[in-house]
Amino acid sequence: MQDLANIFIKSIFIDNMVFAYFLGMCSYLAVSKTVKTSIGLGLAVVFVLGITVPVNYLLENYILKEGALVWLGDSFKEVDLSFLSFILFIAVIASMVQLVEMIVEKFSPGLYSSLGIFLPLIAVNCAILGASLFMQERDYSTIVEATVFGLGSGVGWFLAIVGIAAIREKIRYSNVPPALRGLGITFIITGLMGIAFMSFMGIQLEDSKKTVTTEVVVSFDNNKTEIN
Amino acid sequence: MSNKQEALFSKKNIKLIKDPLDDNNPITVQVLGICSALAITVQLKPAVVMAVSVFFVLCVANVLVSLMRKMIPSRIRIIVQLVIIATLVILVDQTLKAFLYDVSKELSVFVGLIITNCIIMGRLEAFALANTPWKSFMDGVGNSLGYALPLIVVAFFRELLGSGTLFGLEVIPPNWYIENGGFYANNGMMILPPMALVTCGIYIWVQRIRNNKLVEEN
Repeated sequence: MQDLANIFIKSIFIDNMVFAYFLGMCSYLAVSKTVKTSIGLGLAVVFVLGITVPVNYLLENYILKEGALVWLGDSFKEVDLSFLSFILFIAVIASMVQLVEMIVEKFSPGLYSSLGIFLPLIAVNCAILGASLFMQERDYSTIVEATVFGLGSGVGWFLAIVGIAAIREKIRYSNVPPALRGLGITFIITGLMGIAFMSFMGIQLEDSKKTVTTEVVVSFDNNKTEIN
Repeated sequence: MSNKQEALFSKKNIKLIKDPLDDNNPITVQVLGICSALAITVQLKPAVVMAVSVFFVLCVANVLVSLMRKMIPSRIRIIVQLVIIATLVILVDQTLKAFLYDVSKELSVFVGLIITNCIIMGRLEAFALANTPWKSFMDGVGNSLGYALPLIVVAFFRELLGSGTLFGLEVIPPNWYIENGGFYANNGMMILPPMALVTCGIYIWVQRIRNNKLVEEN
């Protein structure tokens, strides 16, 4: 259980998709003008990530990895299809996005029209493919871990886009130098938010390489043990 | 084809290359391809490798899609484009793994992420689907150069200020450093992810001060 909580917290705060890896920046910058639309897109991303990461995990472990095809018989032991992973992952993602699009269109036409072009663009949202590729690189041991990682990354992205949207709604009332208006100031604010998120790096999680010894860390650890 | 054969390097075609460098820069104006651009700008070398990979993928994909533009049914065009891009990216990835293994390790997932680099999909959708192969090629060249320019500028400053090196070679004289009795210390902040955003924000600022038409309303 604690492992899962670690993965979840790590993928939300420490390895935040937006602030640590800059994934999904395009829609992050384009859709973050109002809080309402950004909540919609954020939820869509959480949902798509929660589905695609485990599906791709199964693909990776039963088809693509070296020796993964062993369930077909011993003669397939040597087969290594990992060079196909990009194309398979993106196919899964594109079809899942299609699915989400249909669901949203049916149940929430208002959200559908306000998301407009950005819903199909989730397919090319780097955060989605990125999460699958990180899942492949980090070699999660069970499908539950992969799912938790996917959901955590989605929640991290959701937090980031809702946060920047709220700031951007307020910044309309301030006097930004003309040349910085719009894109420039958004970049710099995101950088500052990233610095704020870096303070989460102090959180000590099991088998993370960063060792920090501060009061906060100790109390956090204590909380953890108490809960358990 | 128009009746008048257009010269290969007519003014219009040159404009296709020049526009994306400043007025219509993919990163700072069209806001495409930011994701990968920021993540790999800690040092110059991966930035240059990334720029070259994107150059290759974008030009070839643009030409291929433009050649096939009359055959692709518009309903499934996204998937067709993704397949073309993914195939090209697999080529790039395998090549990098074979010849530049350490750079490919450093770029980690970001080579794969060229597939979802919006710059490529964006240009295919907006340009290659409606133009002739040669024009699309020029557009590909222009946009990938426009992508490379901010990338390399940002990487230059981050590597210089962050680690005091360029392409991994030390450029700050060693006796300047505080440890050696000098006055200078590397700014460790520049290596961290948030500074990529701030540096890029400053790049946009400078570009818009120079080029007033790009200034946005709030």
